[in-house]
Amino acid sequence: MTAPVVETPRSPYARRRTTRGNFELYSWVFMRASGVLLVVLIFGHLFVNLMVGEGVHAIDFAFVGGKWSNPLWQVWDLLMLWLAMFHGTNGVRTVINDYASKDKTRGILKTLLYLAFTVTVLLGTLVIFTFDPCPANSPAELLPSICS
Amino acid sequence: MTAVLDTPAQDTTPAEVATFQVTLKVRRYNPESEHGDAAYWDTFTVEAHATDRVLDALHKIKWEHDGSLTFRRSCAHGVCGSDAMRINGRNRLACKTLLKDVNPDKPITVEPIKGLPVVKDLVVDMEPFFASYREIMPFLITSGNEPSRERIQSPEDRARFDDTTKCILCAACTSSCPVFWTDGQYFGPAAIVNAHRFIFDSRDEGAAQRLEILNDKEGVWRCRTTFNCTEACPRGIQVTKAIQEVKRAMITRAF
Repeated sequence: MTAPVVETPRSPYARRRTTRGNFELYSWVFMRASGVLLVVLIFGHLFVNLMVGEGVHAIDFAFVGGKWSNPLWQVWDLLMLWLAMFHGTNGVRTVINDYASKDKTRGILKTLLYLAFTVTVLLGTLVIFTFDPCPANSPAELLPSICS
Repeated sequence: MTAVLDTPAQDTTPAEVATFQVTLKVRRYNPESEHGDAAYWDTFTVEAHATDRVLDALHKIKWEHDGSLTFRRSCAHGVCGSDAMRINGRNRLACKTLLKDVNPDKPITVEPIKGLPVVKDLVVDMEPFFASYREIMPFLITSGNEPSRERIQSPEDRARFDDTTKCILCAACTSSCPVFWTDGQYFGPAAIVNAHRFIFDSRDEGAAQRLEILNDKEGVWRCRTTFNCTEACPRGIQVTKAIQEVKRAMITRAF
């Protein structure tokens, strides 16, 4: 007669594998650095859009079109978009890691997250660089002054 | 001439300690009982003294009411770290928590610590906790010949890691950490505290190896600085601070 095989109760709790590397270190540093930069970028953005000159009432198609024909604001908005998306996505990735207890849930949530990230970043970058401030056949009073 | 007591010895027996009734609501789990795999609450009312600790009340239950109540304790004086449990929702040592400090007017809830598999009643399987502890190599690592005398260290060098030498491995910190609760993969505060004890020891030469081990996806970078561990530590170790110091050591090493 053989002894009954008793499954070890400890196996599910062992560390599954070692995942050493500097990725989490760089991600941690990036979160702090991008956070500081974003504070400057976002408050600069808000100040220029809402406070300077006519303030919030000046915002229309012509205002945005005029801003995006200036390389400074193209770079500013591009930086803001990329940093905010990397910062936010990394934050949500951390939240998913902390709260998803099953690998499958974790995988699905992260796939959705990275998909949303890719679409937003690609679309945003495309718009910033290919934006046409003077679309043809538009009424002149809606267009920025640079078009005439 | 021998010194004698001037005044004749008065009645030195102290006034009798006040007694009161205290109710304990204990989380029970025993797969061999009629409850099966389901955990359940059991309520006991016992007489306790004002000087009693939660552990004394548990002893009274076990000795006088229900011998099947299972919990772990060894020294019973806050040194061995066996009886960490969740008392009124906070991780504490039953042997260091006075009943009068946890409001004995209401039922006191006693549960096993969270995040580790419960074996029976208040006893949890500590193996995952100790596995993380072993991983960080909690022993002195040196090179070269053994010195023929003690390894001398200045008081300043000793003070650098003094706080983290106090750990008694009771798992109160690790099992209070929400990140550890999720899947038990995180190394946990206790392992990092014990790595800190050697990383910042001037006599030890294994700091680089230990930092490499903790530079894991499940290492120090999963700490969210919620300070649950610092609040839970029965030895008053600044656990979160120690974790941040290890993080800083890693960053200065990387850049």
